[in-house]
Parts: sequence; C-alpha cells; structure tokens
Amino acid sequence: MKKKVISALLCAAVAGSMLAGCGAEQAADAAAAVADAAATAATEAAAPAAEPAATEAAAEEEAAPAGDEGKVLNIYCWNEEFKSRITDHYPGYEEVDGTHGKMGDVDVVWNITPSDDNAYQNNLDETLLKQESAAADDKIDLFLVEADYALKYVDTDYAMALKDLGITDADLSDQYEYTQSIVTDSNGNLKGSSWQACSAGLIYNREAAKEILGSDDPADVQAAVADWAKYKETAAKAAEKGYTMCSVNDTYRTYSNNVSGKWVQDGKIVVDANMDAWVNDSMELVEKKAENTYDLWGDDWAKGKKPEGKIFCYFGPAWFFNFCLDADQDGTIANQGGWGFCEGPQSYYWGGTWICAASGTDNPALVKDIILTMTTDKNVLKEIAMADSDCVNSKSVLADLSGSDDGNIALLGGQNPYAELAKGAEGIDLSNISPYDQGCNEEFQAAMKNYFEGNASKEEALEQFYKGVEEKYPELSH
Amino acid sequence: MEEKKGVSIGVRRVIAYIVLILISFFCLIWFYILFINATRSNSELSAGFTPIPSTHLIDNWTNLVKGTLPIVNGMLNSVLIAALSALLCVYFSTMTAFAIHAYDFKAKKFMFTFILAVMMIPTQVTVLGFLQLIDKMKLTDTFWPLILPSIAAPITFFYLKQYMDSTLSISLIEAARIDGAGEFRIFNTIVLPLMKPAIAVQAIFTFVTSWNNYFVPALVIQSDKKKTLPILIAQLRSADWLKFDMGQVYVMIAFSIFPVIIVYLLLSKYIVGGVALGGVKE
Amino acid sequence: MKKRSNVVKYNRWGYIFLIPFIVVYVVFQLVPLVTTVGNSFFEYYRSGLTQIGPNWIGLENYKSIFSTPDLWQYFGNTMIMWIMGFVPQILLSLLLGAWFSNPSLRLKCQRFFKTVIYLPNLIMASAFAMLFFTLFADTGPINSILMQTGVLDAPYSFMSHVWSVRTLVALMNLLMWFGNTTILLMAGMMGIDPSLFEAASVDGATATQVFFKITLPLLRPILIYVMITSLIGGLQMFDVPQILTNGTGDPMRSSMTLIMYLNKHLFSKNYGIGGALSVFLFVITGILSLIIFRFTDNRKAIK
Repeated sequence: MKKKVISALLCAAVAGSMLAGCGAEQAADAAAAVADAAATAATEAAAPAAEPAATEAAAEEEAAPAGDEGKVLNIYCWNEEFKSRITDHYPGYEEVDGTHGKMGDVDVVWNITPSDDNAYQNNLDETLLKQESAAADDKIDLFLVEADYALKYVDTDYAMALKDLGITDADLSDQYEYTQSIVTDSNGNLKGSSWQACSAGLIYNREAAKEILGSDDPADVQAAVADWAKYKETAAKAAEKGYTMCSVNDTYRTYSNNVSGKWVQDGKIVVDANMDAWVNDSMELVEKKAENTYDLWGDDWAKGKKPEGKIFCYFGPAWFFNFCLDADQDGTIANQGGWGFCEGPQSYYWGGTWICAASGTDNPALVKDIILTMTTDKNVLKEIAMADSDCVNSKSVLADLSGSDDGNIALLGGQNPYAELAKGAEGIDLSNISPYDQGCNEEFQAAMKNYFEGNASKEEALEQFYKGVEEKYPELSH
Repeated sequence: MEEKKGVSIGVRRVIAYIVLILISFFCLIWFYILFINATRSNSELSAGFTPIPSTHLIDNWTNLVKGTLPIVNGMLNSVLIAALSALLCVYFSTMTAFAIHAYDFKAKKFMFTFILAVMMIPTQVTVLGFLQLIDKMKLTDTFWPLILPSIAAPITFFYLKQYMDSTLSISLIEAARIDGAGEFRIFNTIVLPLMKPAIAVQAIFTFVTSWNNYFVPALVIQSDKKKTLPILIAQLRSADWLKFDMGQVYVMIAFSIFPVIIVYLLLSKYIVGGVALGGVKE
Repeated sequence: MKKRSNVVKYNRWGYIFLIPFIVVYVVFQLVPLVTTVGNSFFEYYRSGLTQIGPNWIGLENYKSIFSTPDLWQYFGNTMIMWIMGFVPQILLSLLLGAWFSNPSLRLKCQRFFKTVIYLPNLIMASAFAMLFFTLFADTGPINSILMQTGVLDAPYSFMSHVWSVRTLVALMNLLMWFGNTTILLMAGMMGIDPSLFEAASVDGATATQVFFKITLPLLRPILIYVMITSLIGGLQMFDVPQILTNGTGDPMRSSMTLIMYLNKHLFSKNYGIGGALSVFLFVITGILSLIIFRFTDNRKAIK
C-alpha cells in the first residue's frame, strides 16, 4: 500500500511540476509580449535623439551594397553584452531573433560561444585559422576580445589594422590611451577599439573609514592609501579595529597593471619587481590578518558587502558599483549609500571588451561604421553611459558626467566618482602587456595562494607558477 | 553488514531504516537547495546560503524566458540528442554483447579483449583527434558527432555482456531456432525483452551522461538553435555584468533537471520493480 | 560445445552483429586514437594562433613527462581520491543491495529508497560543485553549524587544506556515484534465480550466510564490472576536482588528477605531450584492470 502511495506522490509531483512548467511558460510568453511592447515604446522614444546618427548610418548602408560588400556580417563573441549594445544603440539594427539581425540588407549573424573551459577562444581560433579558405559569407567580420588575451589575436595578421579600414587617429582622439595600447601590436598598429574605459579605484566602506581614519571624505581616505606604504599603515590600523582591508586578490590587478617589464621577455618568464612586491606586501598583511585570501566572487568574498563582513574596501571600476555591491538588497552597505570612492594606491583598470575587425572581412565599410559608431560617436557613448552605466571610452563624455548631477551615484552616498575615474584612466600605463598575460596572471595568483595559506614556501609557490605557465605555453622557459 | 545471529530482525530493521532515511536525506537535500536557490534573486544569492525559500522564482523564470537564450530549443535539442544516444547505445551495445555471447567465431576472443582495451581509453584523450576528424567530415555544428559515437560504447557493452553471462542461456536461443526464428528476429523479440532491466539501467546512464555533457557539445555546436542545455547554462553563467544573474542560472538548472527526472522515473520501474524477476523463468 | 554443424552456420551472425559497433568505433574512436598516439612522438602545439610542428622528436615527450616526479604525484592523488570514494561506495552499495534483497527484513518503501539513491547523479557536476562551494565556504552553513555546536572556534577553510579538499572530492564522487553502483548491483541481484534464496532459507541459512554464500558469488560478473569501470572512471576522474579547485588542483596540486594534468596541456592544444600522457594513462589502466581481473577471477574472465 505504502509503495503505491509513494509512487503516486512521485507521479503527482512530476505531473504537478509539468503543469507548473506549462503555466509558467504561458505566463512568461505573456510577460515577454508585454516586455516587447515596452521595448518598442522605448525605442520609439529614443529614436529622435539617435536620428542624426541614423541618417548617417543609413547613407553608409545604402552605399555599402553598391560596392562589393558581402551580404552576411559574422560576429564572434562570448556573451550578449555587445549584442545588446548594438541592439539598443546602433542605428538601423533590427533584431530578427536571438542570434540574427539585420543592418540594412546585410544579415548579421551572432556566433556566441561561452568562455567556460576556454571554449570561446578555441572556437574563434579554429574559425580564424580557416578564415582564408572560408566562403566570403562565412568569414568572420568582427570578433571581440578581452584585455587579458587581446595581444594573442592583435599581434597576428588575423586582426586588421584600423587604419586599413580607413579609421584615423583623429577619429579615435577622444579615447583613453590605455584602451589603445592594449590592442596595439608589436609594430605599432592599432587593431581594435573599445567603448568602455574601465579605470578602477578603491571603493571604501565609509563607516569603517570614519572608525579607522576619523573621516570618510574621499580626499582624506585617498591620502591614507595614496601609496602602498601608506596603504599598509592604514591596513594595520584597520586590523586593530577588527577590519580586514580586502582580499589579496582584490589588490592583484593594481600591482599587475603597474609592472616595469613584461611577463615574458625573450621566451623567458620574468617575475617583475612589482609582482614580487604584491607577494611580499600581501603576505605581510595576511599574517597580520589585515587581508584575507578569498577568491573573487566567492561567498566569503561577498560577505564584505554587508557591514558585518567587516571589510574596509573593494578594488573595482565603475561597473563594480551596480554589479557587485547589491544596492537593491536590504542590509547591504550599498543599500544605505555607505560606500565611497577614491583612486587608491596606483592607477589600474579592470575589464572591458574590445572590438576587432577580422582580416579578410567582406564588409569593411560596415565594420568601419560599427567601430566608429559604437566606440567614438559621442551621442552613442553618452547614451550607453546613461542607459547601461558603462564607464565609456570618451574623455569628453566622462568630463560631462563628472561635472553634472547625472554622475552622482546613490550607493556612494551621492558621490560623483567620474572625475577620479577619468583621472585614473589617464594614469594607466599598459605598455608592458604581453600575449601571455591571461595565463601568467591566473597561474601567479593561484600559485601564490598556496604561499599565503601556508601550504608552500615562496620558492615552492614560484616553482609551481613556472610549471603552470610552461604547461600552458610550452614555448616558454624560466 | 556482519550482524551477529543473535541480533533480532527488529533491531536490524530499525538500523536499516535509520541508515536509509539518512541516505535519502543526503540524496534529496541537493534538490531542495537547488529549489531554494532558484527562488532567490541574484543579490540574495550572493549573500550566501539560507534554508528558507525567497519570492523570486517567477521573476527568475520570466527573466530567463524573456532573455534571448533559446531555452525551449535547447530543451528539445537536449531531449533529441540524449534520447537518440541512449536508444542507439543500448540497442547496438546489446547487439554487440549478443554477438560475443551467443556465437562462436574465430575473432571472438580477440574482439572481447579488444573492446575491453578500448574501454580503458579516457574520452578526453581522443577529443582533439575527434574534433579534427569531424571537421574533415564536415560534421561540425551538427548533432551527428554527439549521437552516432554512442553506438560504440564499450562500457555499456561490457555491462550487458556481464549481465548476459549471468542471465541469458544459450539453450533459450537454440529453442527459438528450432521454432524456425531468424537470428535477427531472435535478437529483437527474445533477447531484447529479456535484457530489459539491464537495458533500462544503461539507457538511464547513457541518457543522463549525454544530457549533462558540456565538454564535447561546446566544441562541436556553434549555432544558437542547436545548442544543448548545458551550453546555454554555461552561456548564462558567463553573461556580462549587466545581465549576470545567478537566480536565472539556478532556475535554468532546475528546469533542465526535470526531464531527466521524468525519464529516470519512467525507466526506474524496470530497475526497482519486480519486472526483472521473471527473466530467468520465462 | 554443441553439435558443430548446426552452430557453424549461425556463427557468421556473430560478425554481422558486430558490424555497427566496429564501423562506428573505427570511424569515431580508432582514427582519433591513432592520431593521438602518433602525435605523442611529435612536437605539436599551438602558440597563440601559430601552429608549432608537427616535428618528429621521438620519445622526447615521454622523457619530458617522466623527467619530474610530478606525474607519479598526480597518479597518487588520483588513486587516493578514488579509493577514498570507492571503498565506502562499494561497501554502502553492497549493504543496501543486501538489505533490499533480504526477504526476511521486509523493508517497506523499498521503491522509494531505490528510486532516491540515484537522484544525485542527475545533477550536473558543475551545479553540484556550485552548491558545495556555498555550503563549505568559510562563512557557509557547515562552518557556522560547526561553530555553533562548539566543534570549531574559527571557521575552517575546507578549500585550503590537502585532506579536506581530497575528502570533499571523494564525498562528491561518493554521493554522485553510489546510487549508480547500487543500481548495477541490484540489477545483478535481480538476475539471480529466486529459487536459490528459497532453497537456502528452507535449509535454515542466515541472511549473512545467504549474502556471502549465494549473492556475492553469483554477483561476481557484475562486481568485476563495477570495480573495473569504477577504476577506469576513477583514473579518468576530472570534473569534480576540476570544478571544485578551479582547475588548479590546489593546495600545491595535491588534488590534481591525471586527466586534470592532461587538460592543462589541452590549453595550448599540445597534442604531443597530451598524446604521451594518454599513452601513459592507457598503460596504467590496462595494468590495473589486469590486476583486478586476476584478483577477482581465478578462472578465465572470457568464457
């Protein structure tokens, strides 16, 4: 009897869930319809603002098919970020479905491969290697890269120099220099462009700052963390009051952006003095319990978003504010506007997506227009900044924002961080990046964690770092 | 396990129940946690675990459906690939096992050893060669490379062979031959039904493995319409900061578990029920 | 053997029934495999987008993987984590199997319990690992329970200690796979002629005797299967430790398995070293499987 009851219960549970599934689906359809309508309304509202650009683009498109432009534009990327930027802000883009769209009479095909397990790069590599023999409509036209591995593509002939598309330095003069040095190849050719400038700084807990430093004014806090020596003094004070500064992984990028030489020189792996400083400074602070070793994004790391997490600061750029601090949730520091922003010990950046044109593209005119519109058109960039809270790659737009109330951010207690962000972006120097940065940075952080946590001596950890890098890049040695 | 004879049946039964209930708890708790997490918003999730459900289940679901990921397509693709793989795998593996079990031919011993040796080759090892191959065969971005290889599944074969050794008697087959049945017919009408419990077991395993496979499909499938659920989940997890939403990820995981649970419950009657007991007598 | 004349004319069907397996196998596995082995003698990898090789280097790849004791360390890690998971798993599965097949226990709700044990296997390893991270975080529920009950004063970092990471890996594998093993064993037990049990109970055998004298010997083919496939699965252990340690196998690679190591070389599409590692793995698996065959079977495995 009981067996029957239980199997009946199981069946009911399954049936119930199926019904629930159906119901939810219908509800969702309805919701989607409503959302569509809302989106249309929004586009219509936004239309007048975008009109001048639209006519310009339309003219371009009309001209394009007249030449020998291809009919299909293939875009390779790892998530939907760029697609939604194009959908929302590129004049004349019509969405057909999740991975197809139209620009005039050119079909846009989005090829989205997630970056898990390196699948995006694997897929992109294979397709690029076949680029020459591919049919015109199958050739990649645009692909996106992240800074950590940008040079892997930029420093090859697979990425096209922007000047060959007809994009001039004058077109790009409003961009921040560091966003260009990331995608400049070893011959000095610029091969990509970004709409984002993700300069970053130190986001501090105002309550903690009052308790430790006696002031939560950005200028005062900046003075207390102006360089690593002062930062360590502040950290010691914080530890006395029961606060942890942040995780060693939070400060990592600040050090790694300010190295004096590349990770790889003449085929040899070189640990820069500044990286060594990160190891020593971090170990010192970990021993004093002034920093922890939590991995970014983990549950433990995230505890600092609440006052009881007892964290003094996070290191992050503008996107960090909305994405990571959970202002919509009760009980977080952000919810009470309890964060402040200052530049921190050194300038650095974090994140950003670059657009590259693939050599052999059969749509050069359209590609050129997309790059120009999305990364240099001030109206579009202002729109992106306002609609998506991206920190955009335009000196003048950032200057506008820093001077107006549009740039005030509630979770920072109303502080306008754009002046600091802009200043930071000017100060970033990325002349020392190499195509091996992604692998070296990942391995270095992972290996040193063993040292910080007492599972290895510094020498052993370094040894493991070399081992890891040489597995990823067999051509290197140390 | 080695209770003394003196321990009464009653005590042993109580112990058994306690252990079983504990085990069931540890098996089911994960589904509870997944469900809880599916009801929580992204920022609630980042605040750590709580055992109390929140109110965002419907929000997460609508956000997921509203997004551009073709989840319904993904579900259909996953069902198609997993079902066909499981079907082909058990059918042809039974056939292979039958060939080795019931017939006597020169290469028999060699084939058996050979297939066993094949079993020991890790799948990750041949993946690179496999990708090069399907590229040459122009099968990239199709379902074939995900379905067809399951026909040659040494591990399933080995299990069915072992099972045949203990249950399928040659005399039964000879009796059928005397009745004038052809070999192919014997296989389909006598052997397959007799192997039902074993086939059901392996069908579930193959279905689940195929259902949860991310590694190979991610490398083979490119167009959105053909993506399977694990790829879509990975895509959701690598979403950019504007769209990143663990709530949606958990809803999607929960959503993608349902079909496997259903398939499992359907097939499990062959495993847990008494159906198998008739096997030898029939 | 039966009457030869009769049997021979059927036996060609043995070949016919093997055709699908062989065709698919040759196309989708043998060809890639041969390439893999062949590659192990070449310098053959990707540097960024540039293809290096293939250049014939003979046994250099083998020399390079054996030049450090690392390979043996990873092999050791793999075996340790496999044994930590497999021993409790097989004991638990046999215990459950014995209980379920023991008529004198008359367990109720068997259907429910038998159904439930396999369920964890339905969850993707990556989703499972996400849950484990949450539960075993420094500030997670496990630590807070341990602290509230006074077992610990300060949170224990499960991911920073050699044996706790290994234990978590083993625990996850145990949870995910014991249902699988139990199902296999139960299916085997169901194949046993019930009249044997009846006869035994008429003779007054205890449950323990029945289990050791009847069930276990008759289960042997399935047990061999379980042990060999579990060993092979164990040597191929990858996704659980990979996800749980973010691919690092830390602390200090004490939880890095052979396939994780192989996977490291896939990053640069290093067909050469990868091929050599595959051959090594193949040889090791073959040796260990042979030992199990010998150990569990005094007669020949093949009839």
